[in-house]
Amino acid sequence: MPIDFNEIKEYLKEYDGPAMTLMEVCGSHTAAIAKYGIKAMLSDKIRLVSGPGCPVCVTPTAYVDRLIELALKENTRVVTFGDMIRVPGSSRSLGEARGDGAKVSMVYSPADTLKLAAKDPDTTFVFAAVGFETTTPAYALMLERMEKENIKNVQLLTALKTMPAVIDWLLGGGADIDGFIAPGHVSVITGSSAFIPAAEKYGLPFCVSGFRGEEILAAIYGLVKSRGQGRVLNFYPSAVTSVGSAEARNIVGRYFRPAAAAWRGLGEVPGSGLLLKDEYSEWDAGSAGLTEDVKKNSLCRCGEILSGKADPSDCPLFGKTCTPGKPMGACMVSQEGSCYHSYLNRVSDSEDSGDKR
Amino acid sequence: MCVATAGKVIEVRDDATALVDFDGNRVSAMTGLVKVSEGDYVLVHAGCVIQVLDEAEATSLNDLMREIEGL
Amino acid sequence: MKITMEHGSGGRATGELIKEIFEKSFDSDVLSEMEDSAVVPGAGRLAVTTDSFVVTPLEYPGGDIGRLCVCGTVNDLLMRGAVPMYLTCGFILQEGADVDTLKRVVRSMAATAKEAGIKIVAGDTKVIEGGTSAAEEAGMFINTAGVGFVPDSADVSSSKCAAGDAVIVSGNLGDHHAAILSCRMEIENTIKSDNAPLNGMVSALMDSGANVHAMRDITRGGLATVLKELAEASGVRIEIDEEKIPVDSQVQGFCGLLGLDPLYMGNEGKMAVIVDTADAERALAAIRKSPYGEDAVLIGRVTEGETGGTGRKGSLILNTAVGGHRILDILQGEGLPRIC
Repeated sequence: MPIDFNEIKEYLKEYDGPAMTLMEVCGSHTAAIAKYGIKAMLSDKIRLVSGPGCPVCVTPTAYVDRLIELALKENTRVVTFGDMIRVPGSSRSLGEARGDGAKVSMVYSPADTLKLAAKDPDTTFVFAAVGFETTTPAYALMLERMEKENIKNVQLLTALKTMPAVIDWLLGGGADIDGFIAPGHVSVITGSSAFIPAAEKYGLPFCVSGFRGEEILAAIYGLVKSRGQGRVLNFYPSAVTSVGSAEARNIVGRYFRPAAAAWRGLGEVPGSGLLLKDEYSEWDAGSAGLTEDVKKNSLCRCGEILSGKADPSDCPLFGKTCTPGKPMGACMVSQEGSCYHSYLNRVSDSEDSGDKR
Repeated sequence: MCVATAGKVIEVRDDATALVDFDGNRVSAMTGLVKVSEGDYVLVHAGCVIQVLDEAEATSLNDLMREIEGL
Repeated sequence: MKITMEHGSGGRATGELIKEIFEKSFDSDVLSEMEDSAVVPGAGRLAVTTDSFVVTPLEYPGGDIGRLCVCGTVNDLLMRGAVPMYLTCGFILQEGADVDTLKRVVRSMAATAKEAGIKIVAGDTKVIEGGTSAAEEAGMFINTAGVGFVPDSADVSSSKCAAGDAVIVSGNLGDHHAAILSCRMEIENTIKSDNAPLNGMVSALMDSGANVHAMRDITRGGLATVLKELAEASGVRIEIDEEKIPVDSQVQGFCGLLGLDPLYMGNEGKMAVIVDTADAERALAAIRKSPYGEDAVLIGRVTEGETGGTGRKGSLILNTAVGGHRILDILQGEGLPRIC
């Protein structure tokens, strides 16, 4: 008998059980939840918070500053995904630096950098290699080609992060979360089993979710029904398996080694990142040590918001000094950030605000 | 970092790439991670095929949901 | 032949360029007078607009900067209920620009001007050095000014949306923006820009007798930006239904690939119309008569606005297909492709 989604929708709207806080840790889930207007479909007892799921937004200011420095350097050009262009460094963003002559190109696939590099051998092309487990394999494949074709004028500036370590760190730090909407595409690579240790250690459910409205509602339903149980559910079986992609993990392991990583707003989390191995240092544009994170404003509470400990409205800067046009921190920069979405609800009038306590 | 879309493999090439069609948009994707064949539906992220989609698995979601009901 | 600094000097070379290329194509008796400014008959209310065009690539599937500059300017005049009459154009050419490209662009401008029923009456040409970072890729920028006559009966303005009105969009969203980005990012597809002059569509709409309160062409920022601006200007709440929003499947696929939202993608030949709900069907029929409006559709409604947190009235709500709703703001940032 097929699932009756209307029953699920009704259940979630009417839910009157113990209050639950559910966190998602994937920028695309944040975007999908906003896109489908999911929050408006849940009872007040179910609170959705956004965790540090956007790898671009959790990149510390030192990384952006270094990118700008490279983009301004002679015979050097920075190549990047669109996401990186608006993120502020300690004083400005890569996009703003373009006005001062910063050389920046935007691509869809990192491998497109190799095409650009072949056409212009006198320029060094530095790719802004940010990402979680979903994207790192693409960089590894690119490095494989660079090795094979002996490409000399391409480098990576990496800000690579991994999920399980930061989830453990958040929960270990006392974040009050009752369940996780587990990332859909990170799980394709890691396998849903990557979340079992955290689920069992902290006794709460993880549900791997797809990206359509119905899939997200199904995952929320699964989490509410599994309250208090330390288990991992896979609600995206067409793409995600329990074991993930060994091939991807192998090729990543060939070029990268685990390291501590600096998360904007959170600080340094051991074992939550990757760096290029020493033998590949000629392709590294100086990624290590870019940990400094200058708070644009010392009152910014992004760190607590990203950990689910505070709401955007708790931050004194929210909506006044910090707006989408002038973002102070990660949560407002991204069109997937908690603060950005809360701001939208505040600016426009609405009977039922999407931002629930 | 999850924007990945499902497309259909139109052509598998020798240089570890495939031509993938997304509703009429054709993009070359790296196939170093997953073995693909013409006609496969695949998930592509950042120019890289990360998975061949298994439509058969999609229906087993119903079974999972029923399992939850039993709680 | 290539443009050189001499073409910008105002001397012989400039005269020849204008005569050979601009005058020949535009074929305008007023322009041929080559006076400092154009004095033309006029009476009543005049609509005046100006615009600058800096698009790259200069030629793209479905159009070019020449067609674009006529459409953009004409459509701006039309949205106030004006009958577009005259256009001026100032060209800024980069040293090294290709004269054959210029010829094609200018011929395209002339053809589009003819289609739009307007006269190009004045122009200017300047040449700048090569290698300026902003001009590096372009080779050519165009600035226009447009003038139209506004009939006494026309009373169309962003502030006139009223509770109970119907919201209509004249066709598929995002085509122009998708076509340009496809070129720039080298993604293969058959998406064409929808750049078109809407004078036929607008005159059919005005002639139909439908009580049109506001019209806006959907350009940079997309439908969401346009509707939000209308909502704020009028102090109302506009609600649109996701299922009704028209997007071509290839454009939808393109957006999915790059993480873009068609609601925030620009067009250059589509408009949003706010009309008295009693006249909605009549308005739709009129718009659909135009070859550029065959896919026109009713997408939502206007209701009373409430004052929001910032003290401003005016909101835009999207009812999502899955049953939720989403509050929309104007476009923030550049609308760049996402990976995140």
